[in-house]
Amino acid sequence: MKKANRGNLPAMILLFFLMVLWQLGAMKINAAYILPSPLQILSRLWELRQVLFTVHLPATMGVTALGLAISVVLGVLLALVMDASPLCRKTLYPLVVASQTIPTTAIAPLFVLWFGYGIWSKVLVTVLITFFPITITVYDGLQSARIEMAELLLSYGATGRDVFFKIKVPCTLPYFFSAIKMAVPLSIIGAAIGEWLGAQSGLGYFSRRMMTQLDGAGVFAPIVLLSAVAMLAVAVISVVEKKVVRWRGEI
Amino acid sequence: MNVLTFDHVSCRYPGQGTDIVDRLSFEVKPGSFHCILGVSGCGKSTLFRMISGLMSPEKGSIYVNGKPVCGHGSYCGYMPQKDMLFPWRSVGENLALPLEIQRKLGKKEQRQQVEAALAEVGLAGCADKRPDELSGGMRQRAAFARTMLTGSDLLLLDEPFSALDFLTRISMQEWLLAQWRKTDKTILFITHDVEEALFLSSSVLVVEHTPIRALREIPVPMDFPRSRKDLARPEIIDLREELIGMLRKQVAE
Ligand SMILES: Nc1ncnc2c1ncn2[C@@H]1O[C@H](COP(=O)(O)OP(=O)(O)O)[C@@H](O)[C@H]1O
Ligand SMILES: [Mg+2]
Repeated sequence: MKKANRGNLPAMILLFFLMVLWQLGAMKINAAYILPSPLQILSRLWELRQVLFTVHLPATMGVTALGLAISVVLGVLLALVMDASPLCRKTLYPLVVASQTIPTTAIAPLFVLWFGYGIWSKVLVTVLITFFPITITVYDGLQSARIEMAELLLSYGATGRDVFFKIKVPCTLPYFFSAIKMAVPLSIIGAAIGEWLGAQSGLGYFSRRMMTQLDGAGVFAPIVLLSAVAMLAVAVISVVEKKVVRWRGEI
Repeated sequence: MNVLTFDHVSCRYPGQGTDIVDRLSFEVKPGSFHCILGVSGCGKSTLFRMISGLMSPEKGSIYVNGKPVCGHGSYCGYMPQKDMLFPWRSVGENLALPLEIQRKLGKKEQRQQVEAALAEVGLAGCADKRPDELSGGMRQRAAFARTMLTGSDLLLLDEPFSALDFLTRISMQEWLLAQWRKTDKTILFITHDVEEALFLSSSVLVVEHTPIRALREIPVPMDFPRSRKDLARPEIIDLREELIGMLRKQVAE
């Protein structure tokens, strides 16, 4: 752990200097509605803490959690189906890839049209952005299970079930964690975009409202909050991963 | 009764024009140690894949202990070319795999058997180590112990020592012979190394052609227990040259 922290030190120093630079630049330009300084953003975050933490953060987290859950289930299911049958792979893989060429932000207003201002239009945006990396990464994980390993178990009289739980699952686990770590920030972004485009609550919605009021620091404050939540979530997942996956790399 | 019988077995890989095994018949007596010797790619591993039920012959039948091999199942103890210790399992958990799949023993008995098998191959106390903490020779011994735990009396070892350095390899050969003499198991051992085949086997089964139509059985005139010095005897040296000649002819073909 210590070593990892020391490894991050240069990045931390650079980040600190960039922040100082930003602060100085913002102070020089002195136009908070365009470029608020980091300190202004933090103080705005503090002023708005009540409404941000009790109303908008829970709303965004609700969309994120629901979207992430659906994406994980959908992604893992698609990966399993594509892994199990070459025909399904040939049918689904191109479609899954093609789904990523859809300009989500451009058609998201349509979702609002179809599903209204409620939670589902945002969840759909989130899922559309998030399920793809999960599908592809988990599929790669399933494919990384070597056929020779399965054959070894089959020669002991193993069933397909044995092969799945004793080889496929452990081989896929590290990939699964990578997928989740990618998916968490994406789902938060997805939720925020969804809210930005049309909502009655949520950090994305709040950020946009501040924009119309030319409150630069107010635009940034929810975004800072979102980034912090994403980093925290990824850190928690990394801790769980260290506990569960004690190996990585070459099979 | 024979441990293993091939009865006019033919097989081919999908998409290939010719059979890789063509009407092959041979028998293996219980308690023997045969090396199957042939050049790389001649189809040796394919024979093992058929005996362990991973691949079905197109024609003919294979019997292990009189029972026909048909589909997946536990016919023999198959040790593939790579040691295949699963990195996400400890050494002990790796050895427990065949026992877990047979589902005959409880966790505690499995653990006891694993400990005993590890002690048997000189790896006592390694049960909780990770496979990558073991040296090449130790990994092969662990994989061998896992193969023993299948409980089969026919062991198929596919070039188990070919990735080891020379000194480790010869000590592993001596070790394997000692293991074999302790048990009443039948061992088929694939190799492309003539000296290894001579040192280990009671008789060598030579693959002379692909497609494999016959295995030529060549008895090795050395008594057990053997030492490496025996390999320097004139009749063994002649035999070695003869075997090398046979393999060379195949490479030239
Ligand atoms: N899955 C496969 N599909 C098609 N051909 C194969 C396959 N596996 C092996 N072969 C072919 O069969 C031949 C024999 O393979 P193998 O039994 O592994 O040889 P050996 O163990 O004697 O080196 C090889 O030349 C290879 O080209
Ligand atoms: Mg081979």
